[in-house]
Amino acid sequence: MSVLEIRNLSKSFGAVQVSRDISLSVAARQCHALIGPNGAGKTTLIHQVSGVLRPDAGRVLLDGRDITADPIWRRARAGLGRTFQITSVLPSFSVRENVALAAQAKAGSSMRFFAPAAAEAGLNRCADSVLERIRMADRAGVLAADLSHGERRLLELGIALAGAPKFLLLDEPMAGLGRAESLRLGDILEELRREIPMLLVEHDMDAIFRLADTVSVLVEGRVVARGTPDQVRADPAARAAYLGDGGSGGAAGGAA
Amino acid sequence: MMARDRSLIVAGAIFALLLVAPYGLGLIGQGYLTGLLMRAMLLAIAALSLDLLVGQGGMVSFGHSAFVGLGAYALAIGLQAGIDSLLLLTLIALAVSGLFALVTGALALRTSGVYFLMITLAFGQMTYFTLTSLAAYGGDDGLTLWSLATLFGSDVAQNAGQIYFVILAVMVATWWLVHRIGQSRFGRVLRGARDNPERAEVMGFSVFRYRLTAYVIAGMIASLSGVLTAQQNEFVSPALATWQHSGDLLVILVIGGLGSRNGAILGAFFVVIVQDLLGAVTPDWRLIYGPLLVLVVLFAKGGLNRLFAPARQGPAA
Repeated sequence: MSVLEIRNLSKSFGAVQVSRDISLSVAARQCHALIGPNGAGKTTLIHQVSGVLRPDAGRVLLDGRDITADPIWRRARAGLGRTFQITSVLPSFSVRENVALAAQAKAGSSMRFFAPAAAEAGLNRCADSVLERIRMADRAGVLAADLSHGERRLLELGIALAGAPKFLLLDEPMAGLGRAESLRLGDILEELRREIPMLLVEHDMDAIFRLADTVSVLVEGRVVARGTPDQVRADPAARAAYLGDGGSGGAAGGAA
Repeated sequence: MMARDRSLIVAGAIFALLLVAPYGLGLIGQGYLTGLLMRAMLLAIAALSLDLLVGQGGMVSFGHSAFVGLGAYALAIGLQAGIDSLLLLTLIALAVSGLFALVTGALALRTSGVYFLMITLAFGQMTYFTLTSLAAYGGDDGLTLWSLATLFGSDVAQNAGQIYFVILAVMVATWWLVHRIGQSRFGRVLRGARDNPERAEVMGFSVFRYRLTAYVIAGMIASLSGVLTAQQNEFVSPALATWQHSGDLLVILVIGGLGSRNGAILGAFFVVIVQDLLGAVTPDWRLIYGPLLVLVVLFAKGGLNRLFAPARQGPAA
């Protein structure tokens, strides 16, 4: 059974149709990549899944449950974790506190007013194991505002993981990363992809070939091609729309 | 954690000084100054509660004095109705202000930033004009309280007794409460939502619910300040709920240092004492007071609190 299912999603901003009858499903232990030129509607689709935007038509199901009408926070509680295209962390919080707050959302009520949260062993343990996982244990005490861009991207993934998600939406996690940082993040995602199914928007074709089981190509709000990375690379429609016809695949996507 | 220890030491020192102040001032023949200290402490209680919204929650309310006014009038009206137990009157004030905060907060928190500020200002003004229209309770002129509330049947909470220490105790309790809330799970969510509301939502927190809860708590605490202000002044008037009074509370927070409990207290004392000193020098004291505020804001970055507890690394609490 699919963990995330998107059924016939459509969305317009005025006369501009940004999502046209998009259907897509991701099963357990699968990484589904979404590629397409800028303006194809990838982030808009992610926003509709995570609840930032409401679709005009269509449904979103998580674990078979309809979450189309749920607010953002309720979707998160239901197990939807996400990272943003533009890094989004809590700048005045330490790295550990960023992750511990995310863990707090999954560990009982947060309407507790007296006991110091920083002294809760359960939350700190959870935070530390996530930091271990994203290889940031040595940065636990640093303020998020003082992190490098690459570290902040990792932290964002850590925040998503601390919520013990059933599904991950990753919006260009590699954006703006240097080569070494992309590889490091790629390693972490490769570890994760057999545990947590994910929908990955990415321009970095190396990462997509490494991580994705299925690729959907989105052009002007419509899925024009779908298949394994190799199938998509060979698909004429996908090549014409995105990879650049006649290109050798690979690096061409990076230019889009 | 050094800075946190230091802020506890500073708070302890302030409370100890306030505890002995009435005796000291009495010895040097300046007993009237205890009235000034009481006024500062009453303002500090309201400012501490506002700091929960502004400093920790990032919600700049310009209508916080409405809750002070509601607390004061709850006491006055209750007394007129023949209730004279301070505890019971306080419970009534808490219920009234909590309910008012729940309703107005639910509307105001649909907005944020300057819109939130304008809506809270509007609710504050509505409260003010409602109080001026209470003809049975003095209208514009306010109402003198001919009898005062009793604490367990005694006059401890009256000027004839030891109201100074009752106010001090409530201020210390408020400091402690706001301190604990700031470090709790709830406070962490509130600060997270201040930093990045979108992120807090995606973590799974309904930012609206947490902010509304903070708004209700802050409003209820501010009403305590109103109850005690009425009891200490033996007089209530709509002036307690004016927007100028709300502005004073914001000035106190900025002067003292946003997001710090000690700052709210230091700011309240600064404002009351400076106003009093300048008022004694010249009737045009505002000409000096205004530029002085500008200078403090410009040159004491982080407020008076920074003088005692320099900026620290680590999570802001």
